[in-house]
Amino acid sequence: MGRYVIRRLLQMIPVFFGATLLIFLMVNVMGDPVQGLCGQRACDPATAAQLRKEFGLDKPVWQQYLTYMGNVFTGDFGTAFNGQPVIELMADAFPVTIRLTLVAIFFEIVIGITLGVITGLRRGRPVDTSVLLLTLVVISVPTFVTGLLLQLLLGVEWGIIKPAVSPAAPLDELIVPGLVLASVSLAYVTRLTRTSIAENARSDYVRTAKAKGLPRRRVITRHLLRNSLIPVVTFIGTDIGALMGGAIVTERIFNIHGVGYQLYQGILRQSTQTVVGFVTVLVLVFLLANLLVDLLYAVLDPRIRYA
Amino acid sequence: MRGARHATWAACAMAAALTATACGGGGASGSGVDGVVSASWGDPQNPLEPANTNEVQGGKVLDMVFRGLKRYDPKTGEAKDMLAEKIDTSDSVNFAITVKDGWTFSNGEKVTARSFVDAWNYGADLRNNQRNAYFFGYIDGYTALHPDSGDPTATTLSGLKITGERTFTVKLSQKFSTWPDTLGYAAFAPLPRAFFDDHAGWLAKPVGNGPYTVDAYARGSQMSLRRWDGYPGSDKALNGGVDLVVYTDNNTAYTNLLAGNLDLVDDVPAAQLKNVKTDLEGRYINTPAGIIQTLAFPYYDKAWNAPDGAKLRTGLSRAINRQQITDTIFQKTRTPAKDWTSPVLGTEGGFQDTLCGASCEYDPAAAKKLIDEAGGIPGGQMKITYNADTGSHKDWVDAVCNSINNALGEDQACVGNPIGTFADFRGQITQSKMPGPFRAGWQMDYPLIQNFLQPLYYTNASSNDGKWSNKDFDRLVDRANAESDTAKAVALFQQAEEVLRDQMAAIPLWYQNGSAGYSHRISNVALNPFSVPVYNEIKVA
Repeated sequence: MGRYVIRRLLQMIPVFFGATLLIFLMVNVMGDPVQGLCGQRACDPATAAQLRKEFGLDKPVWQQYLTYMGNVFTGDFGTAFNGQPVIELMADAFPVTIRLTLVAIFFEIVIGITLGVITGLRRGRPVDTSVLLLTLVVISVPTFVTGLLLQLLLGVEWGIIKPAVSPAAPLDELIVPGLVLASVSLAYVTRLTRTSIAENARSDYVRTAKAKGLPRRRVITRHLLRNSLIPVVTFIGTDIGALMGGAIVTERIFNIHGVGYQLYQGILRQSTQTVVGFVTVLVLVFLLANLLVDLLYAVLDPRIRYA
Repeated sequence: MRGARHATWAACAMAAALTATACGGGGASGSGVDGVVSASWGDPQNPLEPANTNEVQGGKVLDMVFRGLKRYDPKTGEAKDMLAEKIDTSDSVNFAITVKDGWTFSNGEKVTARSFVDAWNYGADLRNNQRNAYFFGYIDGYTALHPDSGDPTATTLSGLKITGERTFTVKLSQKFSTWPDTLGYAAFAPLPRAFFDDHAGWLAKPVGNGPYTVDAYARGSQMSLRRWDGYPGSDKALNGGVDLVVYTDNNTAYTNLLAGNLDLVDDVPAAQLKNVKTDLEGRYINTPAGIIQTLAFPYYDKAWNAPDGAKLRTGLSRAINRQQITDTIFQKTRTPAKDWTSPVLGTEGGFQDTLCGASCEYDPAAAKKLIDEAGGIPGGQMKITYNADTGSHKDWVDAVCNSINNALGEDQACVGNPIGTFADFRGQITQSKMPGPFRAGWQMDYPLIQNFLQPLYYTNASSNDGKWSNKDFDRLVDRANAESDTAKAVALFQQAEEVLRDQMAAIPLWYQNGSAGYSHRISNVALNPFSVPVYNEIKVA
């Protein structure tokens, strides 16, 4: 197990460098960011040159990348164009997005798996059909439609929630945005669980458990569910990264000042430092979440062993 | 309503279970003179220093926190003395400035001549990376402190001399009779010693001499400003303070205004303009701002600098149905342009709605005739370049092209050429890579006709992106700047503008308005000519 983890961690190193290099190059291709700093007019050449020097943009790209990476390893993620250290932006943004992601994951697990188990055990019944139909609707409607609709109905028409989340983004204000963010994945989780449950419900070990006279509840939770959750866990694990990075739309709609907001602003302002810094952290989150998923397999399925 | 109340209660109970936050009324608190206004904001692009702020979002803060020698009247745009007791000159080159007595920064430090001179030296110094350094370009010694290339050879502007506690003199490098009127711009604000002694601390919580003080500042998300009771000026804040809240998307801000959680949105999203009057029951303002949108041409490209060019450009100008576009796409938040300045200047300031005349009037038949006489559009097709990341530029560029295509009876005579980001768009412009006409917008720095003409069309001027050059125009501008009588200077600038018209150096499209919506809680809301809300005059019910 320990060696497996170490091997996986070592594998992350090339992925990490590759991903950051790619992002670095992509942001660079967009052109000279300094031009956007002086509004509608051209920056005077001297100030522009000075700014380029300050942000290291006067050097060749490979050198910029090396300097940047060197700094990253000392914990310095550079400075955004508004003079704020990127590390400070991260300290502001990540807690908010993590909170939002947790709310979303919570909904995915609680609602998604519950619905999945119910429909999986009652295949073909009305409840199954209606939930299936509902998930189809959720999957086919884009997030920004759900988001804007809920915002307008709950926020403006009925006045139940505030349409915009306050800068501190406390948990209670994140319930609706979290639900919106989770909606599509939630539908997938439901369907995944349903299929998995339905399949395993006919397997030998479930029949044996039933034949042993175990109570139905125990059969479902201990035997059926545990084995059926493997694909679902994989999905949720990879979804953590996707939710954190993909929250741009939801964060925009509800004015949440999280990772999506910083990334969006960074891209618009072509702030290499901001974009690369945030994406690097997201890549790390993605990799770690994947590792965690793989380790969870062993917990869920004793047959799987890592050496 | 009962159902809704139940639902609210349920949601609150759920919320309370998760965290202990108050439920119910949103927005800012308080009422009457101590009421706090909550207003929409955007994250300032540059560090919040006076000489480093060149966009509206940072400008909002500076307008509340600072007062300079002059201040532009929020209604008329006229430059009025604020901290200036008097500004004397006999030759339009040397100015003697006296600062009023009794002004202090909110930290108690006195505002003296030195507060200004230090601030201006800082702003002009190349080493400080100030985006607005060029504002000090008229002051003698600027090139030593801010050379076009290489390192500065000076540490101060040689044209600035402190002559007493409250007096200093300014020597310009050229005649500029209306120079004192430029002093209302935020870049000329005085700075306290704290700015220089503890720069990082100052940036985290700016200290100025305006009617508000910064109470708390969470960068990137919110700034709380509170009324400064010790403010010595006559334009004291009529409310308890302003909370500026950053909104990523102006649609969200607007929705939050409708829900009653926000008091002021100064950027009504284009998609909502149709409904804004009914949505807000008249709590909507739409007033002219000092912004003009034009189509500029790449004069560095031979195809666009042909001898018949003026005819071609005038033809294109006449092919654009400005009225229809401003009515339908912009819902009257833009007004068809009739000259190259802005209505906020007023007729005395040089605005003249008859100046462009027929050249800016829609007449497809005449347009086609002019363009045909000039030999048609170069290469048979023109591309209007714009940045696609902000504003509704795509909509109007497509509409302008449609209008031109219809006039010419061709489908592909004019097409849009979107560029992903504003920075890339600006980059291609500065590298003189425009394949055809391109979007050019100009927001005035100060309400002077000079500011609408010289930076944009004077040979090699800082924002002459199309590299247009005309000796007659340059000569008239020089003469106007040297003229000490304001009325005569304005008349000369207008003559220069006539050269613009005859050559159709750039096609004026429309004047942009500032728009804002506000809640029941507040009244007396107005936008100044820079489309910044006049926060200090807002009253809270």
